[in-house]
Amino acid sequence: MATHSVAEDCEQLRKAFAGWGTNEGLIISILAHRSSAQIKLIRETYAQTYGEDLLKDLDKELSSDFERVVVLWALDPAERDAFLANEATKRWTSSNQVLVEITCTRTSDQLLLAKQAYHARFKRSLEEDVAYRSSGDFRKLLVPLASTYRYEGDEVNMTLAKSEAKILHEKISEKAYNHEDVIRILSTRGKAQINATLNHYKNEFGNDINKDLKTDPKDEFLAVLRATVKCLTRPEKYFEKVLRLAINKRGTDEGALTRVVTTRAEIDMKIIKEEYHKRNSVTLDHAIGKDTTGDYEKMLLALICHGDA
Amino acid sequence: MDKRKKTTILVRREKKLNKEGEKIMTSPEECEALRTAFSGPHGVEEKSMLEILVKCNPADLTTFRKNSPGIFSDDECYFEKWDSSHMKFLENEFLRFQRAVIQRTMHPWERDALLVRKSLEEKPPLYNLLIELACTRTSEEFLGARKAFQCLYSESVEEFVAVRVEGFQRRLLVALASTYRYEGMRIDEAMIKLECQKLGRAIKIDKKNEIEKDDEVLRILTTRSKHYLKTIHKCYKESYDSNLEEDLDDIQILRDTVNCLCAPPIYFSKILDKAMSVGPTEQEIEALTRVIVTRTDVDMKDIAAEFNRKFGAPLIERIEAAALGNYRDFLVALVKRGMAN
Repeated sequence: MATHSVAEDCEQLRKAFAGWGTNEGLIISILAHRSSAQIKLIRETYAQTYGEDLLKDLDKELSSDFERVVVLWALDPAERDAFLANEATKRWTSSNQVLVEITCTRTSDQLLLAKQAYHARFKRSLEEDVAYRSSGDFRKLLVPLASTYRYEGDEVNMTLAKSEAKILHEKISEKAYNHEDVIRILSTRGKAQINATLNHYKNEFGNDINKDLKTDPKDEFLAVLRATVKCLTRPEKYFEKVLRLAINKRGTDEGALTRVVTTRAEIDMKIIKEEYHKRNSVTLDHAIGKDTTGDYEKMLLALICHGDA
Repeated sequence: MDKRKKTTILVRREKKLNKEGEKIMTSPEECEALRTAFSGPHGVEEKSMLEILVKCNPADLTTFRKNSPGIFSDDECYFEKWDSSHMKFLENEFLRFQRAVIQRTMHPWERDALLVRKSLEEKPPLYNLLIELACTRTSEEFLGARKAFQCLYSESVEEFVAVRVEGFQRRLLVALASTYRYEGMRIDEAMIKLECQKLGRAIKIDKKNEIEKDDEVLRILTTRSKHYLKTIHKCYKESYDSNLEEDLDDIQILRDTVNCLCAPPIYFSKILDKAMSVGPTEQEIEALTRVIVTRTDVDMKDIAAEFNRKFGAPLIERIEAAALGNYRDFLVALVKRGMAN
């Protein structure tokens, strides 16, 4: 394993800012190839050595999409999630989906760290902001999703899976999508248990639950429910879809692209790339290369290969 | 020798003899003390038992049994039979000190996890206990309890609670059990005023039985930080000239929630008083142990002060009058310790 001198990295980064322009290539070559733990050390050393916050310097020197991807990447994963969640509570468009994504694809401990980072940075809890900014059925679902500390064990109770699959099917058939038991099952059960329940749902009733939740394609709440199910049970498929829609969209949804790449680079990007290739017949590298340009493109490409070799 | 009627034997000194010519070793006062030692309802008086029982000879014991109709009866049998419900009662009283010791020694997370489990497994369920745990512990302490719960029971607190309650209770209790509140002092004064008005409108103006349907009341109570809520409590008092928890009196779980979040010493002192009054349930009696053991390192001073203020007698005095033996000494020592901190 290559040893990178933290002091060297700091020096190089400082050099990248020196003079008129910014040496973006240097920034990419360093930061894209450091783990979040290493970046943490770099930030600390940079602050000690130069008396300034690396993130602030990045903010000053870089702009737009490239800046956003670099700064997000340089944040500690918990801080990053807290930042993205907070941003989501302030926006309307696709905010629900981002909140579902963050609260449901993270492990219980990752979400907990994000909530602690949220306290530290925003002096409020994630729950109170999500609650305040949402209403009605969305609040009923999103707040429990944000609060829950799910059991992460592998043990599954098959009897329970059967009975809860039945409950879900009943409520969905009655179009009682916001029923308290639907919310209860999705927001309190552990992921292994939910998986077992939904497998049984398909075995017993013939369809994937998300198929049955597609009765009205315009219904935003149903979309959020489907996203919840997907994030809890098949996160790599969920992320593939987000990337696909972001890239295929007219003009590209850089926000979504940046978010998925920076938050999954250290987690499951390899699996997501495989899913992407399977579903789209081109590699993610190829698609990003076609759809983005410049330093932004370079950084994204470096990040999606982060874990490789 | 003629059969003499059973008479009360005046026992003064060991030199006395009973009708069978046996020596009598104990005085009526000692008999009474022994009876008290066996009577609870807050522990047993080990010291009396140790001293007096050892002194007793078989004749004394017979006398004691014959003179303790609450404990022994001889209507059906040829001897003074121990009443079986008293036997169970006594077993429980002996265990009070044990339970107090275990609660004190156990890791607080494990202790609280067990209490969470108990709160909804008891019949009838003890919602106030669950609320107490979720609201009087710090965010970190309760999070620890949640982790311990998962460790002990292979499921989350949220799952456990959600499946055992319904409707409004579910929404409130699951939210209280899962929220991870901000514990700092930063508050938004403008927001507090707005939310205070929201509460006031919901409680004072809208019909009281609509409160359960009011999403905002639930949101404010289950997500805002404790410092924020204490400030709202003050604001509410200034705006409406009444206490928030009193106005929520109709809905006990909301009233308990507000008390536990805004003024735990008031909530705890009420529980202590109930435990030591006449006719509490076993759950209410056990609360004496729980409150003293769990608060000695937290806010015992405030609880004792509030207790004194509200009930007119120092907490220690009440405990000394109500409890017995090692159990009493343990509780009193914990209170003293808490007050000294």
